Amino acid sequence: MDLFEYQARDLFAKHDVPVLAGEVIDTPEAAREITERLGGKSVVKAQVKVGGRGKAGGVKLAASADEAVARATDILGMDIKGHTVHKVMIAETAPEIVEEYYVSFLLDRANRTFLSIASVEGGMEIEEVAATRPEAVAQTPINPIDGVDEAKAREIVAAAKFPAEVADKVANVLVRLWDTFIKEDALLVEVNPLAKVASGDVIALDGKVSLDDNAEFRHPDFEELHDKAAANPLEAAAKEKNLNYVKLDGEVGIIGNGAGLVMSTLDVVAYAGEKHGGVKPANFLDIGGGASAQVMANGLEIILGDPDVKSVFVNVFGGITACDEVANGIVQALKLLEERGEDVTKPLVVRLDGNNAELGRQILTDAAHPLVQRVDTMDGAADKAAELAHAAK
Amino acid sequence: MAIWLDKDSKVIVQGMTGATGMKHTKLMLGDGTNVVGGVNPRKAGTTVDFDGTEVPVFGTVKEAIEATGANVSVIFVPEKFTKSAVDEAIDAEIPLAVVITEGIAVHDTAAFWAYAGKKGNKTRIIGPNCPGIITPGQSNVGIIPGDITKPGRIGLVSKSGTLTYQMMYELRDIGFSTAVGIGGDPIIGTTHIDALAAFQDDPDTDLIVMIGEIGGDAEERAAAFIKENVTKPVVGYVAGFTAPEGKTMGHAGAIVSGSSGTAQAKKEALEAAGVKVGKTPTETAKLAREILSA
Repeated sequence: MDLFEYQARDLFAKHDVPVLAGEVIDTPEAAREITERLGGKSVVKAQVKVGGRGKAGGVKLAASADEAVARATDILGMDIKGHTVHKVMIAETAPEIVEEYYVSFLLDRANRTFLSIASVEGGMEIEEVAATRPEAVAQTPINPIDGVDEAKAREIVAAAKFPAEVADKVANVLVRLWDTFIKEDALLVEVNPLAKVASGDVIALDGKVSLDDNAEFRHPDFEELHDKAAANPLEAAAKEKNLNYVKLDGEVGIIGNGAGLVMSTLDVVAYAGEKHGGVKPANFLDIGGGASAQVMANGLEIILGDPDVKSVFVNVFGGITACDEVANGIVQALKLLEERGEDVTKPLVVRLDGNNAELGRQILTDAAHPLVQRVDTMDGAADKAAELAHAAK
Repeated sequence: MAIWLDKDSKVIVQGMTGATGMKHTKLMLGDGTNVVGGVNPRKAGTTVDFDGTEVPVFGTVKEAIEATGANVSVIFVPEKFTKSAVDEAIDAEIPLAVVITEGIAVHDTAAFWAYAGKKGNKTRIIGPNCPGIITPGQSNVGIIPGDITKPGRIGLVSKSGTLTYQMMYELRDIGFSTAVGIGGDPIIGTTHIDALAAFQDDPDTDLIVMIGEIGGDAEERAAAFIKENVTKPVVGYVAGFTAPEGKTMGHAGAIVSGSSGTAQAKKEALEAAGVKVGKTPTETAKLAREILSA
């Protein structure tokens, strides 16, 4: 889960990483009171999860409370690289900036550990610095057991060649930022820029934080951080039902069991679509192992409720899950939806293989539902689903 | 001979007395796996009956090893407690720990992986978030169905459970030496490379099927390894060509970030290393079949 800047700021503040005051609002008029409290001037910052908002006009200085309201009016509702601005942060104006640095901690997948990245050349994308001046970027592996104490922080400071006069302060920020990384189960905590201001202090002026969704079990507060406004309505509905669903832009609805098999199903449908008017998968939906009729019904309901969907491909390989249970699930799910008065008109192509496949196929044959067709190979079923979606387009 | 697991493997189950542990212990026993014990400190000293087989419960992994000579542990404990369960297996120096649990926080996995290293890597870790490992006809540890395929001469390594099953099914008439599911999390213990190296050295394996998916660069690293070290034929499959950037596709590790971790890049890296890569699981199976019958 990627956070907004204001959420990152709040987490930094919680762990004593030095930040400027700032509050998030979603109506322009609210900017007035905050700006007055900040001494009559502020910075109005668009809250979007995409880089380059400054260049796009999403960050404006306001010299008065009236101006803050006007700038918030301009920025709220703006489109920045396809992201609509629903919230702005009204932040304290930064003191005079002398230098801009970069510091982050992140998960290093390839080396199965954590990594610190630091540079005295902050303020721009770190990838850009790494590409043009790799010698200005210091990467330091962090052992997850040992973590970052003051000695390790000083090692990072030395590796990145921070000026002596800020060494203590940057080391202190690093220790606190590491605290944020560990205590919040983050995959990334990034401060860019970490600014040295005229007084000699260092302050985190902007930041990015990404949290590990798998750690939600020990962070009940993660729930509030989810960006419900931006979620696709189908994705939001699926999440409420604990379904693993991702909306895509095609026409063939997909239901399968197991993340790998479903990803593979999307690909196979896309290949098949090349022969059928370029139809593509409409979604990713993994119903997981041992799916009950209810889970199947929930999944079908989401997919049939997607107006983009023209046909549905149910692709199940029964491992521990028995295919007869899956077949019963499909039959019961259709019945359930029809009884509920849902409009069930889209054709379903079902492929069942593996555990009890013969039994499952027989159940579908006996049910003889007019919308359900059985195709017994994955490639063949994908082709049929693509053909039906193309015909209905 | 197979890799890492054979008929002599003595298996204990951490989390055996939970619902998932009970279900799969029964299935593993049914597949002929030599399950010698379970671990649960609150039920130490009791036994659990699985269709007439009495399996003793021990308080710790260490006690279970001392009493039974176990050399494999399979871990079904819930995600909150997985890290301490794996740490306990590492402390007991069990040679193989298979972590089935899904949904572990990546900080926990990073921590137990680092702990294994600190303790001298005496424990091979498979997983987490994986289906386990099967040497058909000999032993089955985890949740892979035991009846899909038979013993044979193909080695399989895969990030995905269901694609493991699909591939075992496609090639069920030829059979497998060992199939290992390494899991779809951002950090995993045993990697594609570890399995490729073991299959290369296994006299019972003639061909290796490698299944990857979007996210990270494990497949690219495996490709480099194959080029330098693997002389046996390798057939590959990569899932997730149609996955959009920035979206997690079911597995916590299956995410394309910017331009990195794409299926296309992985396929190209594998092909450059001489691996034949199928467009679909079925085509991949066909490629394997062609090589073996040539």
